[in-house]
Amino acid sequence: MEHVVIIGNGIAGITAARHIRKLSDKKITVISAETDFFFSRTALMYIYMGHMKFEHTKPYEDWFWEKNKIGLLKAYVQTIDTQNKQLKLDNGTGLSYDKLILAVGSKPNKFGWPGQNLKAVQGLYSYQDLESMEEYSPTTKRAVIIGGGLIGVEMAEMFLSRGIAVTFLVREDRFWGGVLPKREGDLISRHIKKHGVDLRFNIELKEILPDENGRARAIITTNNEEIECQFVGLTAGVSPNISFMKEGNIETNRGVLVNEYLETNIPNIYALGDCAEFHQHPTGRKNLEQVWYTGRMMGETLAQTICGNKTAYKPGVWFNSAKFFDIEYQTYGWVNSELRENEADFYWEHEKGEICLHLVFDKASNKLLGVNTFGIRLRHEVCEKWINGEATIEYALEHLKDANFDAEFYKQYEKEIINQYNQEKGTNLKVRKRDWKRIFSKN
Amino acid sequence: MKFIKNIGLVVCIIGFSFFVGSIFVGEYQVSEEKFNSWINNKGIKSEIFIADANSQIVGKTFSSFKLSSKLIELAEKSSEAHQVNIQKWQTEGGQDEKINKEWSKVIWVDWSKVHKDFTFPLLQETVNSPVNNNQWLAFFLTFGLAIIGGLLYIIPDFILLGPAGIKNNALFQHSATNRGWGGMLVAAFFISFYFLLYFFSDFLINPILATNPISLALSGNPASQWFMYGLIYCSVMTVFAVKMYVKYRHNLYQVIRTTVVWFFQIAFAFLIPEMLVRFNQPWYDFKNAWPLNYTFFFDWNINSLLDSGNLGLFMLVWGILLTIVVIPVMVYFLGKRWYCSWVCGCGGLAETLGDPYRHLSDKSLKAWKFERYIIHLVLVFATVMTGATLYTYFSGATTVLGIQTASLQSWYGFWIGSIFAGVIGTGFYPLMGNRVWCRFGCPLAAYLGLVQKFKSRFRITTNGGQCISCGNCSTYCEMGIDVRAYAQKGQNIVRSSCVGCGVCSAVCPRGVLKLENAPDIDRVNDNPILIGKEEVKLK
Ligand SMILES: Cc1cc2nc3c(=O)[nH]c(=O)nc-3n(C[C@H](O)[C@H](O)[C@H](O)COP(=O)(O)OP(=O)(O)OC[C@H]3O[C@@H](n4cnc5c(N)ncnc54)[C@H](O)[C@@H]3O)c2cc1C
Ligand code: SF4
Ligand code: SF4
Repeated sequence: MEHVVIIGNGIAGITAARHIRKLSDKKITVISAETDFFFSRTALMYIYMGHMKFEHTKPYEDWFWEKNKIGLLKAYVQTIDTQNKQLKLDNGTGLSYDKLILAVGSKPNKFGWPGQNLKAVQGLYSYQDLESMEEYSPTTKRAVIIGGGLIGVEMAEMFLSRGIAVTFLVREDRFWGGVLPKREGDLISRHIKKHGVDLRFNIELKEILPDENGRARAIITTNNEEIECQFVGLTAGVSPNISFMKEGNIETNRGVLVNEYLETNIPNIYALGDCAEFHQHPTGRKNLEQVWYTGRMMGETLAQTICGNKTAYKPGVWFNSAKFFDIEYQTYGWVNSELRENEADFYWEHEKGEICLHLVFDKASNKLLGVNTFGIRLRHEVCEKWINGEATIEYALEHLKDANFDAEFYKQYEKEIINQYNQEKGTNLKVRKRDWKRIFSKN
Repeated sequence: MKFIKNIGLVVCIIGFSFFVGSIFVGEYQVSEEKFNSWINNKGIKSEIFIADANSQIVGKTFSSFKLSSKLIELAEKSSEAHQVNIQKWQTEGGQDEKINKEWSKVIWVDWSKVHKDFTFPLLQETVNSPVNNNQWLAFFLTFGLAIIGGLLYIIPDFILLGPAGIKNNALFQHSATNRGWGGMLVAAFFISFYFLLYFFSDFLINPILATNPISLALSGNPASQWFMYGLIYCSVMTVFAVKMYVKYRHNLYQVIRTTVVWFFQIAFAFLIPEMLVRFNQPWYDFKNAWPLNYTFFFDWNINSLLDSGNLGLFMLVWGILLTIVVIPVMVYFLGKRWYCSWVCGCGGLAETLGDPYRHLSDKSLKAWKFERYIIHLVLVFATVMTGATLYTYFSGATTVLGIQTASLQSWYGFWIGSIFAGVIGTGFYPLMGNRVWCRFGCPLAAYLGLVQKFKSRFRITTNGGQCISCGNCSTYCEMGIDVRAYAQKGQNIVRSSCVGCGVCSAVCPRGVLKLENAPDIDRVNDNPILIGKEEVKLK
């Protein structure tokens, strides 16, 4: 029986394992050095905040793996011998494979800051990172967080939930400036400040200062301010966790390089999830996409290939979501931080400044290209249909009620939104009623 | 703010202390006159008991515990003596009349059934306590302080907990909400309270008296333990409804739902029935449907409704229509939530008092299997019991297939009606979550669930591929549904047990879930394809 070995029990590796099991009865072994069982990394913050316990973040009960004959092995893979198809494990043993799937995920970036390896200086990626945050929290009065992105804001919320003050240093002039357009970035920045975070823009970390025990006691910023703190969170992005295979002959760049079938340069070795970097993304998106959903979709795709139905990875319309304190964010298609040349946009913001909708469309054809929404939930299927089916911005606005996914009784803003559009463009669009047939239709 | 909160806690604890403390105050002076009228009312024929009681009880003063245990002791002693006689005459033979007469002297004092009916009236009549003499003051010191304190404790959270949003911080780190000592203590308190309420109400004479002025004002009758319970229920729901408003003020579904379920409790389960009594009509809760309301077809209820003219007849017809027409039709259009989390009293308590415990429900597959067995068994039991009741009502036969209808009823009443629904159902909130009864025991929920599963427009829609498997939804599902298991596959949630509380949707940080009544297109999508990806089809 063919032995498929998967390194990494995150969403990418586990999805591949589950789907290989659905499609075949190959022998499957999943190796991870992090935890015994698959858990949802995205929920780490909720464990810290007491919304859940670790056990709640495990999407499958512990008996699931044995019942589905998915072997689990807790060990660290030190080297891969691609010649003999052998893995060397940290417990001194070896493991041979017929097919190898690399799903080793990421690790937090460190940019060579002085003091970056001190105690209480860390990112938030693994379960061990969470444990160490727990360990330092009781003795932390102020934490400084570096890097204005998704994990940074989660870390801020975590600390605040324990009454720990947070200073948040952001390189850009707004929160998540590399991704969010200015107005959305400002909206979220206001919200973060409202929660009591000391949020500072256009500032970077220069150096971290130690105390006598080798723990961070303060940082110095690029404008030479010293900020006293007992914890430094490094959340300036993540990069593929591939240092252990740098030596071998698997071709890597920032991540493990793969083609559209998620194949590496070595036959029978594949990579997916956070650690996989395309030579050339099959649908022209970024070559390295480190999010939950792509890991899952790659897992589903690769399982087909491994089980004899060679399938290229073809993700559909881009989507993502996040939550910044109390404000939910969803995006479909592309809303870039700056408009491209061919693009125009329409932006509506609620008077209280915590809800907004941003639509980007093609200047020439009026076709909808992307949607950003804060504080309004939208229906994935409908948005995808619009963007795929090249609906115009006007069509989308008129049928916005079809896309609304907020809970019942929530206030809906379609009318306000369309009025503003009519005013700006001198059009006379009308809000259409929600229509189930339209919502459920496949095209 | 923090200061006000702390004061509130102290005041609330003082109120509870008065409440509990009142159980232990007062004395019970049994005068001859009161004793005789009790003997007459109860129809006690045992001369042994009467003689013993005359010498040992009448003219003396007791505590409630002493008096009630003395009465029980004497009753048991006399009954033993009568039964010895019966046995003797049975072996001698031919003395049937004498034996029958002796049987009628036996006093049945099984603690689980009739104990409290036996002692309670005498205790109520003979109490002499500060509570009895200052009922309004007692009401203020118990209910008043507990309510005011509770509100003072809760309202500052409006500011203390920061801007509107999900407020689940530290639930799994606090002993009261994570099965720690705090939770155990509350559970012990609830469980003891229910035991006293159902089986030893004679110890609750003083708390009951504290609610007397309200009862007199509403129905004109003195308060019974059920009146006190109703008032407690309403007070608790009111205070915790305020907590829901503070906690979910950003979520209009929760705000409206809480208001409606609160209203149905106060108006339909409390004020209207008490008013009916004031106008000499039967006590009737228009929203309480069979089989949750398992005594609906009991002969005493049917007779009392039939004796109450047109209104009584209407109540009888309404009660039947409610179960066989109104409920299934509404479940078809709205899902069982319209009843379980918008109208029902049990649901109302679970969604208010129980909200801080919702995450303690068991999500395992094992629990789900157990749930399906037991809840449908209860439904079968309720149906059989009611069938027997109706058979007995119409045919006059007291047994069905060799089983006494009356013992079926009292079994059901004891095990399901009291132990399961009350003692476990609410007492175990801090241990097993707030819907123990609704999930495992309620026969009405089982019935609604069947309709919801097989013929309804209701589902929880999963928003395409947006789920990140975080687990908030499953954790906060009070019914123990593993919502994530569906959401992460892009599958809609169509489950018979879902009561549509809407909290899974509220806590989802990615906007994945929406409770929806929609046409039956793709309602159950067994083989969903996660969207976001174009080509893969799963077999
Ligand atoms: C706090 C946080 C919040 C996030 N929130 C979101 C979100 O809201 N939405 C979103 O789309 N994405 C989010 N992400 C990103 C998302 O979690 C990742 O993209 C995803 O988990 C990557 O999955 P993966 O399977 O590729 O890798 P991983 O989940 O990283 O799994 C890799 C596993 O392999 C193990 N491993 C690595 N090397 C070895 C070795 N040599 N031997 C043995 N084991 C090894 C690692 O220990 C790890 O357990 C978040 C990430 C974090 C940290
Ligand atoms: S599935 Fe959601 S709506 Fe249904 S009972 Fe559970 S939490 Fe409530
Ligand atoms: S809460 Fe939302 S994102 Fe989290 S597992 Fe449930 S559906 Fe998925």
